[in-house]
Amino acid sequence: MMPKSPRIWQLAERRYRLLGSKCVLCGKTSVGPRSICPACGSDKVETVQLPSTGTIYSYTVVHSLPAEKNGYGPYIMAIVALEDGTKLTAEIVDCDPEDVKIGMPVELAFRLIGQESEHGIIYYGYKFRPIIPRT
Amino acid sequence: MREIAVVGVGMTKFGERWDKQLRDLFVEAANEALKDANMERNEIQALYVGNFSAGSFVGQEHVGPLLADYLSLKYKPAFRVESACASSGMAFNLACMAIASGMYDIVMVGGVEKMTDISAPEVTSVHAKAMDAEWESFFGLTLPAAFALIARRHFVQYGTKPEQLAMVSVKNHRNATKNPLAQFQFEVTVERVLTSPIVSDPLHVLDCSPVTDGAAAVILCSAELAKKYTDTPVYVLGFGTASDTIALHDRSDITTLGAVVEASRQAYKMAGIEPKNIDVAELHDSFTITEIISYEDLGFCEKGKGGLMIQEGETEIGGRISVNPSGGLKARGNPIGATGVAQVVEIVQQLRGAAGKRQVSGAEIGMTQNIGGTGSTCVIHIFGRQRR
Repeated sequence: MMPKSPRIWQLAERRYRLLGSKCVLCGKTSVGPRSICPACGSDKVETVQLPSTGTIYSYTVVHSLPAEKNGYGPYIMAIVALEDGTKLTAEIVDCDPEDVKIGMPVELAFRLIGQESEHGIIYYGYKFRPIIPRT
Repeated sequence: MREIAVVGVGMTKFGERWDKQLRDLFVEAANEALKDANMERNEIQALYVGNFSAGSFVGQEHVGPLLADYLSLKYKPAFRVESACASSGMAFNLACMAIASGMYDIVMVGGVEKMTDISAPEVTSVHAKAMDAEWESFFGLTLPAAFALIARRHFVQYGTKPEQLAMVSVKNHRNATKNPLAQFQFEVTVERVLTSPIVSDPLHVLDCSPVTDGAAAVILCSAELAKKYTDTPVYVLGFGTASDTIALHDRSDITTLGAVVEASRQAYKMAGIEPKNIDVAELHDSFTITEIISYEDLGFCEKGKGGLMIQEGETEIGGRISVNPSGGLKARGNPIGATGVAQVVEIVQQLRGAAGKRQVSGAEIGMTQNIGGTGSTCVIHIFGRQRR
């Protein structure tokens, strides 16, 4: 459903900077804020910068769109495994659906995600795109 | 712990029930269950009802007392349970514990969802609320897309094929033609599944359970009271429930549903049986891949061999373990909050020997497996014709 401004604001920094949570004791990392480690239950969890590159763990091309993506698709959604092993869900952009594959290297792309309403705030977040080898 | 029996079952016709409201559907199923149990409504001591999202679908929350009111269960406690697609499976579990504890002797458990009053894209958005709103659906993930991610990993890790997924749909559609209450009354072929429009690749429309209106209700009582109401009580032999991460990406391997493994371990242990003892099972085929993974995670076959199990016909009616004789979520229909209890209705009918053309002959032990979201909830019940 279309998020409202406070919900977007609460997580804006996390999403804009790709910050994650890391357990000081067991090292488990997750996307998004957590105060308790989901793996070991420790409350020694710190905020860390997640890596901006990774590979595609699984993907799909979404044809049946949710209401808030009206007129936007088809679009590629993937679980990306970042270089440190953290997995997250993101759209894959700058890529034809025919070209996407498991294992493909991808990098962070800061993009528009949606708009609250016609006159509401525009909100942003992370997407990922194929890494083009630089010569 | 007291033993539990099911003594009455009722279910509406599943499908697009344009002319009926949420409350009408529920009352229809509940009356059916009361009649089946030869019971007066004032004998019901409490109501447990599974409902996913009446607030989003029809603008109504607080459905517990609403349904108790329309059923004339005056001043009786009415609990609404929400666990996405596992809502009424979880409601059934709570009701079992209420009987087992001795708190109540007779309770009604129902489930209801009225989904067709809003558009298909809106339904897709409501379904997505069963996942992580901030870290999955915010970015555009839908529920079918999540299961498509699972399917693609299963293809890569185990060599499962789209044709094998399609066979689940073919089987469940065929079974539904023998179930007068099922939403779909037509058969499909593998080719037709694979050429149906793509929802989220590799899943086609005919790999996905539909949008459905419907309700189901059952009446539970302590095993000692059962024979007062019916000659053919069906007993709850065991159950298990488990949760898993809300976001799919937080699991190390998305081709295994950990909550299914854990819930089934508990249920087998409590019932004192093994997977091979199950004659008939109603499994959670919200998507064709879900049924295949469930075969594996319930121990019906080795991990990775689910595709082979459907291909070899082992889960057809009369096969090694008959799975989804009702037509399953795929073809009986999936009114989200009603699905878990609809599964119980089918297993009770099967164990009574009253399932008509889809009867699994000689069925003694049955299972229901109800999953919420991407496997964040799983609830399993095992039933028998005989007491433990």
